[in-house]
Amino acid sequence: MTATYDCIATTTLGSATATVTFSSISGSYTDLVLVINAGMSSTSFSWYAYLNSDTGSNYSATGLIGNGSTASSSRLSNTNNGIVIGGWNGYTTTIKTAIVQLMNYSNSTTYKTVLSRYSESDGTVEATVALWRNTAAITTIQVRTNSSPNFASGSTFTLYGIKSE
Amino acid sequence: MAPILGIWASGAQPAAVATSFESIATVSVGSGGSSSITFSSIPATYSHLQVRALIRMAKSSEDYLTTTFNSGTAVTARHRLTGDGSTASAAGGSGTGQDFSPYPNASHTASIFGILILDILDYSNTNKYKTYRMLNGNDRNGAGRIDLQSTTASTTSALSSIAFSSYYGDGFAQYSHFALYGIKGAA
Repeated sequence: MTATYDCIATTTLGSATATVTFSSISGSYTDLVLVINAGMSSTSFSWYAYLNSDTGSNYSATGLIGNGSTASSSRLSNTNNGIVIGGWNGYTTTIKTAIVQLMNYSNSTTYKTVLSRYSESDGTVEATVALWRNTAAITTIQVRTNSSPNFASGSTFTLYGIKSE
Repeated sequence: MAPILGIWASGAQPAAVATSFESIATVSVGSGGSSSITFSSIPATYSHLQVRALIRMAKSSEDYLTTTFNSGTAVTARHRLTGDGSTASAAGGSGTGQDFSPYPNASHTASIFGILILDILDYSNTNKYKTYRMLNGNDRNGAGRIDLQSTTASTTSALSSIAFSSYYGDGFAQYSHFALYGIKGAA
């Protein structure tokens, strides 16, 4: 048995930052797991990520959202915002967390499907499945929002790799 | 923008650290597909198991993933929360198999696969019924669903095999991929 779940890279923001990019990602793992614990400079809309710097309308997503009183489901098709990480109904400035699973990210055969769990204590708890209609291996992930707020100083972003044998 | 790996690649990469998460076995479905996937003789040396899978059904219409533990005789009780892009719904049931959600099939765009992450807790404990949870989903650009599910299997037997099959028996398409991991507890 081979130990895996390696930390590939991590960063803690020293100042408010609009985007965080993991680049030159090795293809030596089976899956990637991106863990985010971040606050925002102001309220706004969703967290997204561009894959391989693709800004085309090649992304879609299906989300399941609970806001403390009701559960709902939403969908985005042919969006150019990137894969949805969370914040379907907008987010607050409080710290929020997301764990994003990028499965079989390095194969060159399948479109890339991504699962995300996102939560914020005074907002929503969410699960999202997102599709990037591209068979390329993922080598770059840029975490972003669809509006102007920055990720707050102290926010952490960590990328792990899992390798199956 | 904060390009992270570019910085680490300059020589400041972290040293590899042994983790408690280990790869046990992997099955990749080859050309021609596969009717079922079985992980057998699972060692009891871990605290928990996780299955991470990329799944596409061979059938050309809706088909479901079915999971069987050991002999498959345990009665399971399950509850599920689903989002289909417009409505959130919940359902429950019981039976001697474990039927999960539908996955992309041969009628869908060829490159689209669904994902399953299945956590099985205390799988080798002989004093507890086995509880497991799953997160799975697929998006097909205008269709698809996401599910959260929890299940209890009414058996105290240690879990030593897991078999995945399709409800209608057509199996899995090429490039489907199932990986079994073990998570260690304290030494």
